[in-house]
Amino acid sequence: MNSIEKTLARASGRAEVSVGDTVTVEVDMAVLIDLQFAVGWTDPLRIADPDKVAIVMDHAVPAPSLQDAAGGPKARKFAADFGISRFYDVGRHGICHQVIAENGLALPGQVLACTDSHTCAGGAYGTAARGLGPIEVYAIMCTGRTWLTVAPTIRYELIGSKPEYVSGKDVFLHIAGKYGNAPNLNLEYGGPGLATLPMNDRRTIATQGAEISADFSTFEVDDVCRAFLDSVTDQPWEATDPDPDTAYHEVREVDLSALVPYVARPGTVSNNSVPITEIERRRVDQCFIGSCANGQLDDLRITADVLRGRQVAAGVRLIVTPASQAVYRDAMRLGYLQDIADSGAVVTNSTCGACFGYHMGVVGPGEVCLTASTRNFKGRMGSAEAEIYMASPATVAASAIAGTISDPREVL
Amino acid sequence: MKTTYEGRVWVVGDSVDTDAMYPGYAMKMQQPEAAKHVFYELRPGWTDEVQPGDLVVAGRNFGVGSSRPVASLFQILGVAGLLAEEFNSLFQRNCINVGLPALTVAGVHELFSDGDVARMDIASGVVENTTTGASIQGAGLPDMVLEILDAGGLFPMLRRDGYVPA
Repeated sequence: MNSIEKTLARASGRAEVSVGDTVTVEVDMAVLIDLQFAVGWTDPLRIADPDKVAIVMDHAVPAPSLQDAAGGPKARKFAADFGISRFYDVGRHGICHQVIAENGLALPGQVLACTDSHTCAGGAYGTAARGLGPIEVYAIMCTGRTWLTVAPTIRYELIGSKPEYVSGKDVFLHIAGKYGNAPNLNLEYGGPGLATLPMNDRRTIATQGAEISADFSTFEVDDVCRAFLDSVTDQPWEATDPDPDTAYHEVREVDLSALVPYVARPGTVSNNSVPITEIERRRVDQCFIGSCANGQLDDLRITADVLRGRQVAAGVRLIVTPASQAVYRDAMRLGYLQDIADSGAVVTNSTCGACFGYHMGVVGPGEVCLTASTRNFKGRMGSAEAEIYMASPATVAASAIAGTISDPREVL
Repeated sequence: MKTTYEGRVWVVGDSVDTDAMYPGYAMKMQQPEAAKHVFYELRPGWTDEVQPGDLVVAGRNFGVGSSRPVASLFQILGVAGLLAEEFNSLFQRNCINVGLPALTVAGVHELFSDGDVARMDIASGVVENTTTGASIQGAGLPDMVLEILDAGGLFPMLRRDGYVPA
């Protein structure tokens, strides 16, 4: 079995599972988000285990509308009534996948469910993590269980060393551009090149499994991951390393040392991402760095390194959104936010914000946006008549300075 | 248990994503209002034309994207079921979990044109175009899924089992 199959076997109380099996799994952690309290919330009569539930206020905070404002009190009352100690309220909040990571809620070999499609982010920590709809996560909170069908798995065998100027975003866009969609398939990343990918890059790649329609998107657990987990939790966990004789749907080798910065053209990342040397140098109106994929502390460090001592081009808006309040505070302490704001960028509070076209940087008709976030779907960040290109934080920051889509290697 | 559905079809293409069905701006609305924006850019005016009992037929990778409750908007519009060459699994689960049948059948996109009448059996996997007489055989939904659909989705099951108020 591969790592995902081993986790699903354990969680379903079976010795093994095979592709095509539909199994009932015990879910180790169910994470609810603010949006589901704002629309259609009903207090349950009982829940399975308050210690296996977390609530994160993230998509629409501080509340930008009356509808969202009405959700907050329901979430607070529910958390208090049911004794849910893992309640990440405004001020101690962040984008759920960042909060999950910071608080050690995604652990190797465990099953994590959350009401956001980018929950596959938890795969960076060897977790069988996936996004589910609001009603399903609610049901898991009540019963502790759900059903899953074991999908075939594609293995990405990483070789070579990642160059300094290449990020997890570039690795992902290379994969999405070359191989396209993977619906009803799992992705597993490992191999000798893994050690050169820091945790933030793994998170970006795992998160964006959603954009290529994958089910689970998990990384093997190595010393780099163990060191991270040791820094966030003292809970016990057991990794589910793939068996050496595991048969995969397909094995694809990625030579990290051969990669360059990539850019996705508007609409989709799948079969639509190219090396930056091939991209048209479009003028940009808005640049965005944030989201669960790219609002991490390392993303802000890279952004600050590019922007330090430089100015965002006239006519360009650069919006930077830390992935959590903890990231915000660390980035402030380390001086990153000062450098970013000094360049003429706007630093917002932590929220999903502009990434889903809801608030904090909605784009207008006819505008071109270059984003280091999760999705470049038509209309995703505001007007359907805006064009959304996607790239790494380094590429977005460099482009904000140049005013056109630009190669960060020309700036650094 | 109701397993057959018959209705007029609307055909959409590949990789129709959740932002095309439940755009971010519509998330600021109550759901009956948000439902008026399904396919707002893909097929403007469609929500005025769709009738209760109609079915939607899609291509590959249907519903890629968000966990937002798109399936509820289809139900508000009266859509009785979805057919696709291939679903994004999160989207397909979301449909089933609110009691909206969603069946994967290879070849279904080619089988239909807008306005044809489809008959689908979610237990046997047989889909027929009653306008042209052509039919294809897919795989039926598993028993566990049929049970959820029969109950009307997860929420009625939670109510039945005493997890939420009657």
